[in-house]
Amino acid sequence: MRDVQSHRLDAAGLVDRARPLGFRFDGRAYEGFLGDTLASALLANGVRLVGRSFKYHRPRGIVTAGPEEPNALVALREGARREPNSKATAVELFDGLSARSQNRWPSLAFDAGAVNGLLAPLLVAGFYYKTFKWPSGFWERVYEPAIRRAAGLGRSSGLPDPDSYEGAYAFCDLLVIGAGPAGLAAALAAGRAGARVILCEEDFALGGRLLCERDAVDGRPAAAWAARAVAELATLPGVTLMARTAVFGAYDGGTFGAVEKVSDHLAVPDPGRPRQRLWRIAARRSVLAAGAIERPLVFPGNDRPGVMMAAASRSYVNRFGVLPGRRVAVLTATDDGWRAAFDLAERGARIEAVIDPRPAGPPALEERARRLGARLLRGGRVAGTHGRLGLTGVTVAAAGGRTERLPVDLLVMSGGYNPNLALTTHLGARPAWSEEIAAFVPGGLPPGMSVAGAARGTLSLGAALREGHAAGREAAEACGLGGCAGEAPRADDEAAGLAASWPVAGARKAFVDFQHDVTVADVALAHREGFRSVELLKRYTTLGMATDQGKLSNLNGHALMAGLLGRPIPEVGTTAARAPTVPVAIGALAGHARGRHFKPTRLTAGHALAAERGATFVEAGQWLRPQWFAAPGEADWLATVTREVRAVREAVGICDVSTLGKIDVQGPDAGAFLDRVYVNGFSGLPVGRARYGVMLREDGFVLDDGTAARLAPDHFVVSTTTANAARVMKHLTYCAQVLWPEADVQLASVTEAWAQYAVAGPRARRLLEALLGAAADVSDAALPFMGAREFEWAGVPVRLFRLSFSGELAYEIAVPAAYGDALGRALLAAGAFLGVAPYGSEALGVLRIEKGHVAGNEISGTTTAGDLGLGRLMSRKKDFVGRALAGRPGLVDPDRLRLVGLRPLDPAGRLSGGAHLLAPGAAATTANDLGYVTSAAFSPSLGRWIALALLRRGPERIGEHLRAVDLLRGTDVPVEVCPPVFVDPEGVRLHA
Amino acid sequence: MRIACPFCGSRDLREFSFLGDAGAAGAGLPGAGPGAGPGAGAEAGADAGPGAGPDADAGARAEAVYLRDNPAGRHRGLWYHEAGCRSWLAVTRDTRTHAIFAVELAREGAR
Repeated sequence: MRDVQSHRLDAAGLVDRARPLGFRFDGRAYEGFLGDTLASALLANGVRLVGRSFKYHRPRGIVTAGPEEPNALVALREGARREPNSKATAVELFDGLSARSQNRWPSLAFDAGAVNGLLAPLLVAGFYYKTFKWPSGFWERVYEPAIRRAAGLGRSSGLPDPDSYEGAYAFCDLLVIGAGPAGLAAALAAGRAGARVILCEEDFALGGRLLCERDAVDGRPAAAWAARAVAELATLPGVTLMARTAVFGAYDGGTFGAVEKVSDHLAVPDPGRPRQRLWRIAARRSVLAAGAIERPLVFPGNDRPGVMMAAASRSYVNRFGVLPGRRVAVLTATDDGWRAAFDLAERGARIEAVIDPRPAGPPALEERARRLGARLLRGGRVAGTHGRLGLTGVTVAAAGGRTERLPVDLLVMSGGYNPNLALTTHLGARPAWSEEIAAFVPGGLPPGMSVAGAARGTLSLGAALREGHAAGREAAEACGLGGCAGEAPRADDEAAGLAASWPVAGARKAFVDFQHDVTVADVALAHREGFRSVELLKRYTTLGMATDQGKLSNLNGHALMAGLLGRPIPEVGTTAARAPTVPVAIGALAGHARGRHFKPTRLTAGHALAAERGATFVEAGQWLRPQWFAAPGEADWLATVTREVRAVREAVGICDVSTLGKIDVQGPDAGAFLDRVYVNGFSGLPVGRARYGVMLREDGFVLDDGTAARLAPDHFVVSTTTANAARVMKHLTYCAQVLWPEADVQLASVTEAWAQYAVAGPRARRLLEALLGAAADVSDAALPFMGAREFEWAGVPVRLFRLSFSGELAYEIAVPAAYGDALGRALLAAGAFLGVAPYGSEALGVLRIEKGHVAGNEISGTTTAGDLGLGRLMSRKKDFVGRALAGRPGLVDPDRLRLVGLRPLDPAGRLSGGAHLLAPGAAATTANDLGYVTSAAFSPSLGRWIALALLRRGPERIGEHLRAVDLLRGTDVPVEVCPPVFVDPEGVRLHA
Repeated sequence: MRIACPFCGSRDLREFSFLGDAGAAGAGLPGAGPGAGPGAGAEAGADAGPGAGPDADAGARAEAVYLRDNPAGRHRGLWYHEAGCRSWLAVTRDTRTHAIFAVELAREGAR
């Protein structure tokens, strides 16, 4: 059973009465129409009480008809999709919508928290600072938890967001922000002239105030003109219309951030569609046509449900066909506000009174209002409002001071307009004060931006259209487009008739900031207690700190402070507005970069094969690498890794090493270039040979290590560690382009172009013979240790290197990535009779620790080549990057930590990475610290745990007994210092 | 911020990575005196071993590598078009407003 739409008009408005939509508010079922917002649908059903205020839990109703709404904040949707603090005035109604009021218990009509209202004299500005000071121990245990419970309006669901978000880029000649009269005129002029135009509008309907006012443009009703303008824009090939898209920030270089609510008007996003899309729009020019926000008036009881902005009341009656009240008082300090009386009366409301604090105004307005039967109170004011949960009457005071109570259910107010200028200030410009409209207007502008219409402080329709047209035409011309922009649309130049009407101290329960319950008295208190600059006022009273960021309240609060200080408003100033101008969901900013999609996942060509073989994968940078291949019956990963290591040491194993960086270096100066980037020499390397090399950073520390193979006199292929592939590429391009631009050398990253497998173990050569047959001679004579060959095998180009990370007879075989999967399968098939086993990164690590090869744990950015036992590689005959600074005293200090091996004295002892090294009997203090374990592993070859470590004067301590102390794991293991090569120190196996 | 890459056109900041003051490039190379321009180290010092220079030089060179001016205003910095053509660019901009005055290939600026 749904309520009837008691306040819906039969005819007016742009809602589709043939498309009813059911929705629920606080569990009760209602009906609205397609084209409604949640707020207009609630008003259509006579619902005025929609929330409770933040501090005093005062009943609150709908104040505005747009995204500036301070009061009508609801929790939208249920379950994981619940979104707190949704502005009912900006929520597009959909069938099945469910919303709940916030900050009330047990119910909206009876809220226990309203007792705070009785405590209002205590809960003034600065209450927390003054009250929760002592005893100090109470802060964390008592005060903070209690305050945190009370703080905030809505509650998030706490569940993972089920929807998806995405990011997108757009480019245009002209970005028009706002599709009201000025924005539509600008888009038309530029679009007709041939510009690529993007028109962004936060609302779901294009037209802005044209949809809400009963003006005429080019002789047509404003809304009809807007519809025609939109239809024409849709036919222009360069124009993109983006409704439901809020531009929230202006950034450097003509870049704007915008959030498009792709699916928020649906119960659930359509399959495959995101909920919201974050746009980065790069625009050569921009026109800000974001309009203006009507300013509330500050008087006693101005927060009662049924008190509404005058322009909002016209939106409800003219755009949504809803009569927000039947007996109406109009409180206006502007001529513009009188229009609400006429529009509401036209649709059947009874206008009880028009109260205008200004002593005089246009007689024509007064004559028209008098014909409606309204009382006119020139120089009057509102002394109070009545009604427990909604307005039932107002007490008005005439100019002479005589008060009278009028029975009304709606009081509309108009205090002037604040231009929406936030986007003009994001790059540092400050707004300027306009005496003419008694508001801040844009001061400086970001490069390429112009402002048109109400956003510029131009409040007449005719002028706004002309400004928009001119701005669009000029933007097109600035982009070099000379097409015909057409005529500017024409409309009346009726002025808004503004005069300042600022709040004054003394009024009781007169709210400046509705959302944070900041009253006139709070601002006065801040003044008394010395918090007088606008920045201090903001922090002391929380004025403008709510989700609406002071869109309605700031200027009134600052003007009140200016009055108390006896200084002009522009001198008191305004707080800085920063992006985003509208709340943007973190999900929209994150886009796809969430969970395992936080970074790209790179898979090698052999990934599917590894998965088939039961690999457990591990992240290595962006790559997924097989960590180990568990076999049935293996107790744990250590058993698996031990088996894989034994397979390599005793038979043959294959390992996908495609993730290692591969950089192609070509050109006549390729060898000389590598001489300068490696500590050791490469120009003398014969073709068909590879060499291990170390690169330093400019500051002398080790950057990376790897091999480079010479495939031709002017062609090398450099390998890097997996982790440093991008860094080394960046470094080498820097060297080639910035340091030595005269070098004739070209670089290309070919990491992903080649799939590469290590084939390691005493039977490695037999496996390759079986695999390659006559295609290649892999004998020791033809391909000795550190040899490199290119050849074709079954029509596929192959690179074969005799390299060994494991210390065994080993090769690395590379094919174009498209053949990587086939290569892996062929290796397993060809090696089956030899007992070939795939091994993962863990076994690879154990093999290299057994051989004392350094890796990322040792090349940590704090180690020199000397520290790692690689100092002998450093050429003294040539320049190389890092040489000069590697010679600094601190980098050649014999006291430095240097690479050694460690063995537990007890063969059953277990070592762990990160353990610190101490002398026997020394206390575990920083002063006694001698170094630390970088890599530890169980060595299947030795049948015990071993480790690599960086130890003070390490090589001099070979044979010493120390302790490896791991305070995290609570272990203290006696160890012997030994050389870092544990297996085959003579390298016999390598050369087999 | 957008940078007009000489090869790729106007591109979003996120395609680039920043290195630092273009004037400090190569300051740590052998033979490069503190403040020496890019490429200055390429020819010199072929016979000098590590640590061959006096300590005072090493100290000044270390300063040139580690210490940078942080001007509020005009600054010529090195940018790498990492997610684009992999060009190193010398970008002259105002650090206060991010207004860009000039973009050139570092290769050409270095000559």
